[in-house]
Amino acid sequence: MKKISEIYHYRTMIASLIKRDLRGRYKGSVLGFAWTFLNPLLQLLVYTMVFSTIMRAGIEDYYLFLFVALIPWIFFSSSLTGGASCIWAQKEMVKKIYFPREVLPIAHVTCQLVNMLLSFIIVFAALLVSGKGLRLTILWYLIPVIMVEYLLAIGIAFITSSLTVYFRDLEHILGIVSMAWQFLTPVMYSVDMVPENVMPIFLVNPMTPIIIAYRDILYYQQAPQLSTLGHAVFLGVVFLLFGWFLFGKLERHFAEEL
Amino acid sequence: MEETYAIEVEHISKHFKVFLDKGHEIKDYVTSGRRRKYENREVLKDISFKVKKGEAIGLIGHNGCGKSTTLKLLTKIMYPDSGTITMRGRVSSLIELGAGFHPDMSGRENIYINASIFGLTKKEIDRRLDDIIAFSELEEFIDNPVRTYSSGMYMRLAFAVAINVDADILLIDEILAVGDVNFQAKCFNRLREIKAEGTTIVIVSHSMSQIEQICDRCIWIDEGLVREEGAPTTVDEHYLDYMGRKNSQMRFGEKKENEQDNFGQSTKSDNNRRNTRITRVCLCDREGQEKSRFRCGEPVQLRIEYQADLNELNNPLIGLKFIRNDALVCYGTNTEREQIKNIPFHEKGRLFCNIEKLNLTPGEYWIDIAFRNYDMTMLDYAEKSCSFQMYSTVNEIGVARLDHTWEFEG
Repeated sequence: MKKISEIYHYRTMIASLIKRDLRGRYKGSVLGFAWTFLNPLLQLLVYTMVFSTIMRAGIEDYYLFLFVALIPWIFFSSSLTGGASCIWAQKEMVKKIYFPREVLPIAHVTCQLVNMLLSFIIVFAALLVSGKGLRLTILWYLIPVIMVEYLLAIGIAFITSSLTVYFRDLEHILGIVSMAWQFLTPVMYSVDMVPENVMPIFLVNPMTPIIIAYRDILYYQQAPQLSTLGHAVFLGVVFLLFGWFLFGKLERHFAEEL
Repeated sequence: MEETYAIEVEHISKHFKVFLDKGHEIKDYVTSGRRRKYENREVLKDISFKVKKGEAIGLIGHNGCGKSTTLKLLTKIMYPDSGTITMRGRVSSLIELGAGFHPDMSGRENIYINASIFGLTKKEIDRRLDDIIAFSELEEFIDNPVRTYSSGMYMRLAFAVAINVDADILLIDEILAVGDVNFQAKCFNRLREIKAEGTTIVIVSHSMSQIEQICDRCIWIDEGLVREEGAPTTVDEHYLDYMGRKNSQMRFGEKKENEQDNFGQSTKSDNNRRNTRITRVCLCDREGQEKSRFRCGEPVQLRIEYQADLNELNNPLIGLKFIRNDALVCYGTNTEREQIKNIPFHEKGRLFCNIEKLNLTPGEYWIDIAFRNYDMTMLDYAEKSCSFQMYSTVNEIGVARLDHTWEFEG
């Protein structure tokens, strides 16, 4: 509890780290901040071309089917892999200044969240342009789903960032882990296509219910089932608590290990 | 009563694992067994001290004695292995300046980033912004990106932020050496103001004069233990004396091995036909202890040992020069100039020169000694025969201290 109020006290630090990251990222490039929108837009164009002319999947409007799941997935995977280095990258600061260490992964994940929210503008635009439209009565379900994914991503970033301090190779290993994880999550296919015998893996994967929920809301335009939401909340909270516990254990020796 | 202490440190200890091999790769785990070789280094053995509210204390000690580690434990960057630390009040540390500065962002934006890392909220920063900018003296440049700043400007901005973060307890590590002399003085005055406001201050510094000017009390840490605690002037003096003795011990040990070489060479090159030689030169304090570090104004005896071939000698004179390490001759004299004649020489003997007050200002010096015959032919010249260091508790400038007293009209 004390920790939470302390982190809250450092909210300005979180905000300025995010601002610095967003401002710094596209500095020096001609199009600057526009890349935040251009990136997902160009991705969408590529997917549309590939999946509607070359690789025809059996799913209607497959590029949208993929796109509405891919944007949340990118948020998660960049929290997983990028989060790993967020403490290591600031080691001079960690070694010399006191601040609650949780601030660094939280700032990183929040920055990715902001990116995802900006990308959602493109997602909404794509839905409108394609004629699928948006149902406002359903859309508000996005809020709890995004919140759950945010908490899950923080939990994951707690785990990867603190372990990477002790074991540097993790940063590279996570690249592959993230790729494998993507294939074990129904991002590119529907969960109905998963064979019965591997289903348990999908059930413990915290991203499974989250992606299903996103797709329900945006692609099928229907309210996600309560069981899906419950499943997501349960796994998200478990990962968050475990990550926080682990981080608390490991942070005591950060300054010495770095 | 308890509450009057801002900091209570009780029996803390800390050790580090110092890995002997630098490898962090899997192959090292495999090739050298399961564990890599490491040494347990005990940095702090048993440190206890208390600091009253509003008090300023200085931590001194030679490099690696554990004073910076102590400071890091106080800031909670690290945690002690055993013992407890109680801090009462909001802690701010001036250990790292300019943390989180982004070169492409403006000075103003960087103030927000940097101050937020010190734990200030946006409102608090808004309130201090004008003070910070005024203190940094960067009004015209504050909206330019920091990458366009000179390193001096950069440090000024960083320091301005750090010094304006007000806290109940301020921890400072060796950072008062920023900017030009004027800015340093300004920082120092600000620090005095902060102290006057009742902030508790802990400073780690090598500069005794800084500690003496600010601190009420000084703690000397040696090999992970508190060696002495008390008024800054007394502790500083003991510490400097101890360091002086330690240095001379090190030099003496070195000399024993190299003595023959050094002296043999200098005599040979300067004068290979003569048999008269200066064999050893050293400086001693009033107790007769050989030393190589002296406080400005201390009585010193210069000792010269020699071997002489009495047939070569023809009413010889002895010359000496005190030379600073930038080759400035600070003082030189010889026995002839001083009208000293008929100096008795033996085949082997010693000469002494008593200097009542060695008034050289802090710095490094060496001594050249020359033996010449009356007709100015060189008998032996010992260049850099002895080197020593001066320190002072007064931060005076120049070459030598002019003994003086002040008088003021009532």
